[in-house]
Amino acid sequence: MSHFEFSREPFTPERYRSRVADPVAGGYASFEGWVRNHNEGRGVQRLEYEGYEALGVKEGDRIVAEAFARFPIAKACCVHRLGVLDIGDLAVWVGVTAAHRDAAFAACRYIIDEVKTRVPIWKKEHYAEGDSGWINCEVRSADAPAGSALP
Amino acid sequence: MAPSPQANSIAVSIEYFATLREHVGRPREELRTTASTVGELYAELDRRYAFPALGRVKVAVNDEFRDWSSPVRDGDFVVFIPPVAGG
Repeated sequence: MSHFEFSREPFTPERYRSRVADPVAGGYASFEGWVRNHNEGRGVQRLEYEGYEALGVKEGDRIVAEAFARFPIAKACCVHRLGVLDIGDLAVWVGVTAAHRDAAFAACRYIIDEVKTRVPIWKKEHYAEGDSGWINCEVRSADAPAGSALP
Repeated sequence: MAPSPQANSIAVSIEYFATLREHVGRPREELRTTASTVGELYAELDRRYAFPALGRVKVAVNDEFRDWSSPVRDGDFVVFIPPVAGG
């Protein structure tokens, strides 16, 4: 079973919690990312997540495999929403179990941090004023053009 | 008869996501190119579409991340990856 997956439908952590159950586990750490109503001083009304799923699942699985290599954990799983989300909706869930809590906390933190920077997921914010924007893709004119990203 | 300028071209599939998809106006396209690397292919499409300024773009070929100097071959599936924002 994959350790990382996308969900096009709303889900609850309870639906996936049993996947990280393990008899050796003495601790369970989880992280829930929720949609908040503001970003960088602007009011946000809803979000859209778009994902390159075939590569995203591979990269997400690699991240969880790295967590297993770095920390003595029992089970780990991450699920990320796609589609249109409202304020307060669950956007991402990470669950990790381990014999001891230090490893569970550390691995959970590692997984969410890496997922945010490496998995091909894009977030479009819809603002209170009616406009919208893709986060991290808007480059001010003073910044370098896309072509300069190439070697 | 002189050979077509496209005689050495290859067929590739491109999929666009997020800001690139909206900019190009469609999620996918099949095209023929004489580009030999994915970097050359990106430059060719940038000339055609004048992509918006995006910061650091990555590239995947056949659902794996690749360097910009990686070759592009007939039948390849190429995705350009604008800066991501999961979580």
